[in-house]
Amino acid sequence: MDSVKRKKLVDHWITYGVVILGWIIVQALGATGHMTNQINGLLVPICMYVILAVSLNLTVGISGELSLGHAGFMCVGAFSGSFFTKLMAESIPSLSVRFAIALVIGALVAAFFGVLIGIPVLRLRGDYLAIVTLAFGEIIKNVMNVIYVGVDNGAIRIAMEKKSNLNLSENGRVIIEGAMGITKTPKASTFTIGVVLVLLTLFIVLNLIHSRTGRAIMAIRDNRIAAESVGVNITKYKLLAFSISASLAGMAGVLYSHNLASLAAEKFNYNMSILILVYVVLGGIGNIRGSIISAVILTLLPELLRGLNNYRMLIYAIVLIIMMILNSAPSAIAARGRLLERFQRKNTKEAA
Amino acid sequence: MRRFVGLGLAVAMAASLTACGGGNATDATTAGTEAKADAEDAGGNAGGAEPGDAFRIGMIGPLTGDAAAYGLGVRNAIELAINEVNEAGGMNGFQVEYNPQDDEHDPEKAVNAYNTLKDWDMQILIGAVTSKPCIAVSAESASDNLFQITPSGSAVECISEPNVFRVCFSDPDQGKASAQYISENKLATKIGVIYDSSTEYSTGILESFQAEAQAVGLEVVAEEAFTADNATDFSVQIDNCKEAGAELLFMPFYYTEASTVLKQCADKEYAPIFFGVDGMDGILSVKNFDTSLAEGVMLLTPFSADEAGSQAFVEAYKAAYNDVPNQFAADAYDAVYAVKAAIEQAKITPDMSASDICDAMKVAMTEITIDGLTGSDMTWTEEGEPNKEPKAAKIENGVYVMQ
Amino acid sequence: MSFLSCFISGISLGSIYAIIALGYTMVYGIAKMLNFAHGDIIMVGAFAAYTIVSTLGMPPILGVLAAVAVCTLLGVTVEKVAYKPLRGASSLAVLITAIGVSYLLQNLALLIFSANPKKFQSVVNLPALKLAGGELSISAVTIVTVLTCVVVMVCLTSFINKTKKGQAMLAVSEDRGAATLMGINVNGTIALTFAIGSALAAVAGVLYCSAYDTLNPYIGSMPGIKAFTAAVFGGIGSIPGAFIGGIILGIIEQLAKKYISSQLADAIVFAVLIIVLLVRPTGILGKKIHEKV
Repeated sequence: MDSVKRKKLVDHWITYGVVILGWIIVQALGATGHMTNQINGLLVPICMYVILAVSLNLTVGISGELSLGHAGFMCVGAFSGSFFTKLMAESIPSLSVRFAIALVIGALVAAFFGVLIGIPVLRLRGDYLAIVTLAFGEIIKNVMNVIYVGVDNGAIRIAMEKKSNLNLSENGRVIIEGAMGITKTPKASTFTIGVVLVLLTLFIVLNLIHSRTGRAIMAIRDNRIAAESVGVNITKYKLLAFSISASLAGMAGVLYSHNLASLAAEKFNYNMSILILVYVVLGGIGNIRGSIISAVILTLLPELLRGLNNYRMLIYAIVLIIMMILNSAPSAIAARGRLLERFQRKNTKEAA
Repeated sequence: MRRFVGLGLAVAMAASLTACGGGNATDATTAGTEAKADAEDAGGNAGGAEPGDAFRIGMIGPLTGDAAAYGLGVRNAIELAINEVNEAGGMNGFQVEYNPQDDEHDPEKAVNAYNTLKDWDMQILIGAVTSKPCIAVSAESASDNLFQITPSGSAVECISEPNVFRVCFSDPDQGKASAQYISENKLATKIGVIYDSSTEYSTGILESFQAEAQAVGLEVVAEEAFTADNATDFSVQIDNCKEAGAELLFMPFYYTEASTVLKQCADKEYAPIFFGVDGMDGILSVKNFDTSLAEGVMLLTPFSADEAGSQAFVEAYKAAYNDVPNQFAADAYDAVYAVKAAIEQAKITPDMSASDICDAMKVAMTEITIDGLTGSDMTWTEEGEPNKEPKAAKIENGVYVMQ
Repeated sequence: MSFLSCFISGISLGSIYAIIALGYTMVYGIAKMLNFAHGDIIMVGAFAAYTIVSTLGMPPILGVLAAVAVCTLLGVTVEKVAYKPLRGASSLAVLITAIGVSYLLQNLALLIFSANPKKFQSVVNLPALKLAGGELSISAVTIVTVLTCVVVMVCLTSFINKTKKGQAMLAVSEDRGAATLMGINVNGTIALTFAIGSALAAVAGVLYCSAYDTLNPYIGSMPGIKAFTAAVFGGIGSIPGAFIGGIILGIIEQLAKKYISSQLADAIVFAVLIIVLLVRPTGILGKKIHEKV
């Protein structure tokens, strides 16, 4: 038993180690002037996508629920976090303090939405759950696109459809501006903060998986009825996994919104949710380290293909299909198994 | 037993992923470096000049994705203008290299494109084409102090940084000018509006139009929104405008949707005066569009492909790209000549750093006057806003006729 | 009268959703996969018809036939190349591959046809039907669309219930293993399903573009998603369900636009979907899932 535990611990540390190693390599390259601007600019997005992939893996891989609305949680997180940072620009002059609070707020608001959506939705199964989460994601995007929020004289005003519906006084300012979203959020995200958040995400997710709670969640995934019959509270555990996943996505959203001067709801459509799902599936469902690796590769890939100009997205699509087939097709897996076996046999022969 | 098999599979999968992933990463990097070399070769007619021998101008815009029609117009027009400039001896005697990058109309990708261009040692940026990416890029270029001029980023916030200028009108200006034009020419008093609530372009114009309409005594009787996800069926919006008795339909959105609205209005036998803004320009060149539907449409635009002044450009564009240029392309073409004028005004040379160029350009831009496709005697304010007159055009017999 | 006009446009829109949803639901029922590339098949069909009718100047009926032929071929090829190797893999892997195919088709179309907007020439060139003294006008496309939808629905139902191939489809969707044991060619049946689904998508594409006249490489994604919603709404895997789901969705969308908010129409459609699924977790006509331990 002990050795199993130790193995798990070692396994955790390998995962953390990979992330920390990545950080060290980047710092070293940066210090010696080997970093291109292109890669430098991709560091924060990579951290963000890693967090998103790992958190979605919690829902899809560990809890076994296909969610197509992950971008929706990212959206509410991004908007609430950025809103706070812009709102408190005068009251809290320190940007890092505001950013830290914004991260917490983004995570909390997203968790709140996770619970709100999770309670009704988690009663559904499989593809029905998928379409409902997709629907929620689209609703969130659609509503954020028409909402206007402004402040004047210390009061927050919310209106739908038009800026003039806010009836702001002369000294008021609009913070969330419908289709325009939030502009000019100060840039606070850095690679180091991103890496810290990735580690935090991994810490939460890995510990959850290997706790009593995590085992209950996986038991529900593997056999709901059996789990229920031994007294596992299905709703509670499903909801827990779902809302933790949502809150981490919200945190990633805050990281995103503090990296760009323009935040608009149109970004968070179902394509974004699907993109994150691609990372999870390609990295291996339930495989946390795989999610990290595939998020990094697939974020870099389209950028590094820039030179191919018009053919870029075409190549990306083809690579995606080929990767999926090589990775998941039963015949490809069997072929790989045979290769591995032959390799092993050779090794044992040599050893003998 | 099953567990072991599972474990074995997992190991195999992980191995394959890293193998496969690793392979791809290296492929990608080689592709990336090759591509970089390609980009440098293709960069200009100067033919692989060293940095410092030629100006390096970058462009960012949507070259793929559903806004690609706008980005491609800009990319082509800049290429056309730069080729002309290079043939005529360059800017201030130096050749110009050009590197366009795709942003898919996404702020995040736009910043990635910007960083890619920085690796290419870009000195001047023309872009981004659409507003939100433009805002995201302007924050980056401002912190680098790199000169940026957007041909078509019309949102107010696009040029809020001191290093950013624009060629097109701002959204509020267009809405205001439209209301004034309608009232001055007594086109109608009952106005119906259909607008795209999912773009800041359309909502920005609408807001200022409404404010001004109230001031000049126009009555907005119907205000109907649509969204980008729901931009194919306008029957409800058209019915509502029709029932409200709107005599003039104000359409502050792009020609792609406008052509559909016109078609559906015709199907419903609703024929008010149609009034568009600069996004309406290009409607006559939509492939397969029945131009008789657009007969009598009025638009406020700085450019039309049928003006006498733009014929040389339109012909050259058609010859090179087999397409009629729209107003995005015209703005981009003017942007190149504005950059040229400012470079020559301030006697800028390509061996200067991007930051020094930016400082000189910021001053020079306010001193130049150019006659472009989108306006004669164009000047710029310190804020980066152009001074030019909006012109009204009316579509008659399938061509734009300036009023 | 404006209510009626709105209602009719809803039925027309819903009929298109229904035709697309039929394809979705058949593929789901038999191959147990969400074919996210289905929407892009619509786009390919529309482009095929556009090329024949507008570029080559041939009669519209040839355009429709060409669209059906191209899409059927495409559907079968995609199934063979991209989905068949993944049979037996997790359904998520197939889903992601389908997304890859969707990107591929969009970008291919972008390269071939460029991003410039095009107008689709309607394949129906008949005058509109005027009722109530000209106050209510129903366009010919609307009538053709609704009729097509009904015909397709009837044909499909009788095909499945009356022919051997149709029965084979039912058998495969019920229990693939047992069907194999009974000597049914499962691969052939799945290929046939893709062929029919894609042919329907081609018809839907031509009708959609005839009604709304816009054509670009991304035209398929939104109706694709809406049709997917419609299929789930009616109970995914059920053919009458897809039909009913499509029609209801179209009507709700148009009414929501008119009476609630045109900006939030999509949000309302999705909200209704969620409510329906909460009350009936497998859709309106979906089968109850029997769980075994």
